[in-house]
Amino acid sequence: MAKLRKKIYLTAGYNTISFGSGRKEFNPKKPRPGLEEYIQEAGRGVIAQINNPENIDEGIISNFMAARFNKQGNLAALIPTIHPSLEYKPHTRVEGACGSGGLALLTSLKSIASELSDVVLTIGVEVQNTVKAIYGADILAGAGHYLTERKNGHAYFFPAKFSDRAGVCYDKFGYDYMRKGMALWYKQAIENARKNPKAQEYHNSIEDLYAAGMTPPNPKAFVDHLNIYDCSKVSDGASALIFASEEGLKKIGVGKKDAIEVVGFGTAVADLTKAPEDMTVMSTTKRAVEKAYKMAGLGPKDIGILEVHDCFTVGGLLALEAAGFAKYGEGSAFVQAGKTNLKSELPTNPGGGLVGFGHYVGGTGVRQAVDCVHQLTGKAGDYQVKLNPNKPYALMISMGGNDKTVTAMIFKKAE
Amino acid sequence: MNFDERMQNAAVIGAAGKMGSGIALLLAQEMARLKNLPENKDKDYRLYLIDIHPDHLAGLLQYLKTQLVKAGEKACVMLRQMYKDREDLIENQDCINQYVEDSLSVIRTGTDLSAVKDSKVIFEAVLENKDLKVNLLKKIDSFCGKDTLYLTNTSSIPITILNKESNLGGRLIGFHFYNPPAVQRLAELISTDATIQELKDFSLELAKRLNKKIVPSNDIAGFIGNGHFLRDGLYALREAKKLANDYTLPGALYIMNKISQDLLIRPMGIFQLIDYVGVDVFQSISETSAHYIKGEDLTDDLLKRMYDKKVLGGQRSDGSQKDGFLKYDKNRPVGVYNLDNGEYKLFDPKGWTGDIDKKLGDYPSGFSPWKNLLMDPKKGDKLSVFFRNLKASNTLGAELALAYLKNSKEIGQKLVKTGVAKTTEDVNNVLLNGFYHIYGPINDYI
Repeated sequence: MAKLRKKIYLTAGYNTISFGSGRKEFNPKKPRPGLEEYIQEAGRGVIAQINNPENIDEGIISNFMAARFNKQGNLAALIPTIHPSLEYKPHTRVEGACGSGGLALLTSLKSIASELSDVVLTIGVEVQNTVKAIYGADILAGAGHYLTERKNGHAYFFPAKFSDRAGVCYDKFGYDYMRKGMALWYKQAIENARKNPKAQEYHNSIEDLYAAGMTPPNPKAFVDHLNIYDCSKVSDGASALIFASEEGLKKIGVGKKDAIEVVGFGTAVADLTKAPEDMTVMSTTKRAVEKAYKMAGLGPKDIGILEVHDCFTVGGLLALEAAGFAKYGEGSAFVQAGKTNLKSELPTNPGGGLVGFGHYVGGTGVRQAVDCVHQLTGKAGDYQVKLNPNKPYALMISMGGNDKTVTAMIFKKAE
Repeated sequence: MNFDERMQNAAVIGAAGKMGSGIALLLAQEMARLKNLPENKDKDYRLYLIDIHPDHLAGLLQYLKTQLVKAGEKACVMLRQMYKDREDLIENQDCINQYVEDSLSVIRTGTDLSAVKDSKVIFEAVLENKDLKVNLLKKIDSFCGKDTLYLTNTSSIPITILNKESNLGGRLIGFHFYNPPAVQRLAELISTDATIQELKDFSLELAKRLNKKIVPSNDIAGFIGNGHFLRDGLYALREAKKLANDYTLPGALYIMNKISQDLLIRPMGIFQLIDYVGVDVFQSISETSAHYIKGEDLTDDLLKRMYDKKVLGGQRSDGSQKDGFLKYDKNRPVGVYNLDNGEYKLFDPKGWTGDIDKKLGDYPSGFSPWKNLLMDPKKGDKLSVFFRNLKASNTLGAELALAYLKNSKEIGQKLVKTGVAKTTEDVNNVLLNGFYHIYGPINDYI
């Protein structure tokens, strides 16, 4: 499909707190909300912003590994717990590892585009703090290829995957050059998160963030080329929003001023069993973004807000290159030049991103879209970006696994 | 016999005790590691854990299992390497489970001493009682080979005496772990003129394998660690008795505990530390030291009264703190013992303890508790500023704290002067690594 044949809107976004270590109220020994509570909080947070919730035609829920983190499958059947009118509606659960949220957006969009639904409730959730990080690493390793990668993989499987990418980047572009960009990425992520009361790093009180980000990696205790500040944390949380057609917006009584619309999207999925051809390139991300640009008839110069999947700082830098903002090898320089901060040409991850806001894995893609709704409708509070009128578009990239399952979407404020 | 051969058959006597169980844990881990080396695949490894309390042995196994899981979780990067050729072990969970199983599989528990007859290295960690230790060592040596090496965990009894009375001919060394052995990085090594070279070499290799920092101590009762701790505790008790006139005894104990933690920036107050070690253990260190060291009063009547009243502190098998000088709720002090009526007087920040806090005065600027400074790379500078301000402060708290620091420094200096420690650095190292202080007692702050 070259162009969308009808307008597709997103509205009524809601994020729960991204809960886990770093939040003052987090205590691993105390009881915490579970899957249902998060699904309900996010779903009801959406419903509170619309009228006539009985007009929701269906629900799409994304999640990665509740079957292992929470011993719970069949998540679509938890959607009716949000509101009585959701009982017996056709709900679906989707999964694409850390890119699950992106697939929830895609699936919701398809449903509206196909005219099977006018109003879709889209939810993403993950509750990971049920196990210690060392066992969580086993579970998250499922985003890689178990048969060929797990046995020889690292105890901290996914950090090691991106550590390997970082190591190749160090060899090619220089350790100091890369490390500075990664440390600045961390600093900016935390500074943004400190403006976002729902961010996991909202309470972060490290004085010298750059110095923390510059900490040399410690391969004995962790992975070879990343320090702990390079990594997003273990998070619990959920996000939700509404996908609607023009008709759908009317049915739920939402005006266009509170909505954004999709101008382009692209999903690309690569072969899970194959290692990346070039560790310094996020080739699947590149393809997904190119598809979205093509459909929208836009390019990097038109993007005024960027939401990227920075599960690791180095991933953030590589995404800048894959999405065409920086040339190959220049992602670090781009960040060092201050081109991604809140007041720059390309405010990136204004709510903190995965490093600052947190990363409830299967919900993150939905969280990114919620942040785009908030930013483009002026509801982002203290982390609101002042949008350049010449660049009125937001681009979000949801990535699953080691650059395997990627969805990119471009939005603008609804007209 | 080299180190690895010797470690094929080891034993811990008093294994269900606090120190014995920690030593058992460390040995089981090292033996599991050895067992998993390709060259040792067909060898048999045995760790005999002997204790006179059969009921404690069940608790010991549970303790070891819990601790091994924790250790495995922490060392998983290394475990995946260790099990890299085991195709059936894929996830972290698989490797950790196997590690626990491998470590537990070397263990044989029992109450019968004769089980250790083939052991080549024996760790003694029974109660701090010379006659008990001597009798045990003699008995074990009567059925063990004459090449068996003995390591005693005594924290105060001179090794020369134990070696001589047990007729071990230099096959005994003092290898003093700190509590808890699995966590504390320090071990004091006490050899004597009689100690055979092989045992010294073995001990140094053991320290290396178990990742312990060795500080050599001369064979003088109490050695360095308890030499300092005992005198530090006695000082606090004596000061408390002086303060009792104005603040009552519970109030005085509260004061000394509080300033020794807060204003000395230590991990625990002095009476909390004595409770942690055990009032009975502290009393035994006091008695043993007083017996061997003349010309210095190393006993205290207040301590003796606590001991006689059986208010002993120490820990339950789940690691929680028992009441001693202080009363605890979830391991935090919430009250202080009143010797007059045998009851605990609960802290009351809005009442009596609040009044005392006011009298102690505000803390000088630059104050930061121990836990905040522990990992702070700039702690040296911050301590300098704080202690400078402490000296300039004229509150009661500052006055008591400065006197305490001065006394602690003098104790340290005396340990060097009397030859217990070879150097100032050794004293400081013991306090830094064995007591988790963030600065040594012999410093330029005071």
